[in-house]
Amino acid sequence: MSADTPASGMPDQYRLRLFVAGTAQRSLRAVEVLRRLCETHIAGRYELEIIDIYQQPDLAERDGVLAAPTLLKIAPLPERRITGDLLDERRILRGLELDPAVEARR
Amino acid sequence: MPDQKAALTLPKTPTGIEGFDAVTYGGVPAGRPSLICGAAGCGKTLFASTFLVNGATRFGEPGVFMSFEERAEDLAANVASLGYDLDGLVADGKLAIDHVRVERSEIEETGEYDLEGLFIRLGFAVDSVGAKRVVLDTIETLFSGFTDPSLLRAELRRLFGWIKDRGLTAVITGERGDGQLTRQGLEEYVSDCVVLLDNRVEDQITTRRLRVVKYRGSAHGTNEYPFLIDDKGISVLPVTSTDLDYAVSTGVISSGIDGLDAMLAPGGFYRGSSILVSGEPGTGKTMLTASVIDAACRRGERCMAFVFEESGAQICRNARSIGLDLGRHVESGLLRFEAARPSLFGLEMHLARMHRDLEAFRPDVVVIDPISALRGPSSELQATLLRMIDLIKCRGITAVFTSLRTDGSIGQGDDLGVSSLMDAWIKLLNVEANGERTRTLYVIKARGMSHSNQIREFLMSSEGVRLVDAYIGPAGVLTGTARLVQEANEKAAAQLHAHETERRVRDVARRRSAIERQIEELRASLEAAEDEEDLLRTEDRLRAAHLEDERRELIARRSAAE
Repeated sequence: MSADTPASGMPDQYRLRLFVAGTAQRSLRAVEVLRRLCETHIAGRYELEIIDIYQQPDLAERDGVLAAPTLLKIAPLPERRITGDLLDERRILRGLELDPAVEARR
Repeated sequence: MPDQKAALTLPKTPTGIEGFDAVTYGGVPAGRPSLICGAAGCGKTLFASTFLVNGATRFGEPGVFMSFEERAEDLAANVASLGYDLDGLVADGKLAIDHVRVERSEIEETGEYDLEGLFIRLGFAVDSVGAKRVVLDTIETLFSGFTDPSLLRAELRRLFGWIKDRGLTAVITGERGDGQLTRQGLEEYVSDCVVLLDNRVEDQITTRRLRVVKYRGSAHGTNEYPFLIDDKGISVLPVTSTDLDYAVSTGVISSGIDGLDAMLAPGGFYRGSSILVSGEPGTGKTMLTASVIDAACRRGERCMAFVFEESGAQICRNARSIGLDLGRHVESGLLRFEAARPSLFGLEMHLARMHRDLEAFRPDVVVIDPISALRGPSSELQATLLRMIDLIKCRGITAVFTSLRTDGSIGQGDDLGVSSLMDAWIKLLNVEANGERTRTLYVIKARGMSHSNQIREFLMSSEGVRLVDAYIGPAGVLTGTARLVQEANEKAAAQLHAHETERRVRDVARRRSAIERQIEELRASLEAAEDEEDLLRTEDRLRAAHLEDERRELIARRSAAE
């Protein structure tokens, strides 16, 4: 499965949600890394929502998020979640089902 | 016994679980996490929910149930069987249930993270109801959701620290692991109080047991205690009392059988005593207990019968045949039958159940019919019975135990080694002779009272149980028809004897009159002889006189001629 398989109704549109815990070093780094990654690979085709679980604990509960930081890929399906400070770029890309090779061909 | 003073130093939170608070001298440590561990299905979740529900309903301490396994609605349904209304408590704001879903497959990990989300959720739930109590069931599920154990351990340590800082009394459940108390070694972090639940199968019978493995800073009972889960919740049976300092009563209660009461000097058994009724099958043990029950209920006392071989309804029906209406007492609430198959639970469970029922019903008289139905290893059986007797006795309850014997000897093997604990022992014996069986009864012992040492015949009829003095004579002890026959024989013999005597008296009288007659005859002949003698003497005298006259005449004549 690769990213160029369009999700129904919203082809190639990524919806990401990142849960972080406050403004800790780890949170800030995760936000930074993710932003850069998205800009590099799926620029203009993504929608990123950043949630501070201290501020909005109900949202974390709704999505069953226990660990922070946690990245949630809502679209395209299937839903995936990645926990950790997002330092390993290759694993994140795999987790988001973004194949660097496929992206490069675009 | 542990020193109770030590128990006072550590603040404790009562769980409201009957017996557990007694074992731990007050409950789990307040403001700290306690670990409840055990294998699957041994009642961890139920224990934890009981802790919360009791806190909310009885101790005014709201709680949070954080479930990692069951969904809130499943949980509510599961504990509804214990009569807990979780939904109602949630609606009242006394309880918050949070189901945390952890699914391994969904989570990819990269780099460092923490479980701040869990903390926040817990904190959110705690604040929402102002919780004092928290349950985490089963937190080890996290280990299946996250792959980095070292990171998780650090987070758990932080979590328990956080719970302590917030002053929350927490119960954390953990699945039993190989070689250690929990699969993930949670006992390393939750070190204040660790309780182990166990569900052991012996001879195909399971017994739930509870043990306080450790309790930092407090004394606690160290034994394994049986516990019970049923529709009335969890109850732990603290088997503590080994002292023999129960109060005694000199009050006397009737056994309901006049003949039996008459065999005992005070006219009955002492109140609060333990009475053993032993006998072979069909000797009337149950009917004897039925009489005791009936008598007690007639006095307005509360009776409880633990029956292991028949249902209560059957006993009521059977008792009707001897003119006792037990059903009436059941209806009036004075009598309660607790019937259970002996193999339904292990011995400990029977004991635990009995303990709970005694606490709830508070009877004056208890019947256990029969104790010999309880099966188990003999050492365990004896210990159980000992505690059962103790349990009943320390409450001042009069108890009647029946015990079945299988052989006819007056051996010691039929008392299950408990006869020395019994205050009175009645032995029912079948006497077989001349092709019939007769029920007989002995009072083997009755502590503190003089009692008859003689056998009685035990008769059951529609007028109830009646005791008849057995025939004791030169031919031995006779009962039943033999007694009747012997009595008839004796009567006949006595009659015969009377006839004989009469005949002999008549005989003697006859002989006597014969002799008297002879005396008369002899006397008559004596008289005749005397008469004859007189006659002879008279004749002789006359002849002598005549001869003199003639001689004189002759002389006179001769002189004239001269």
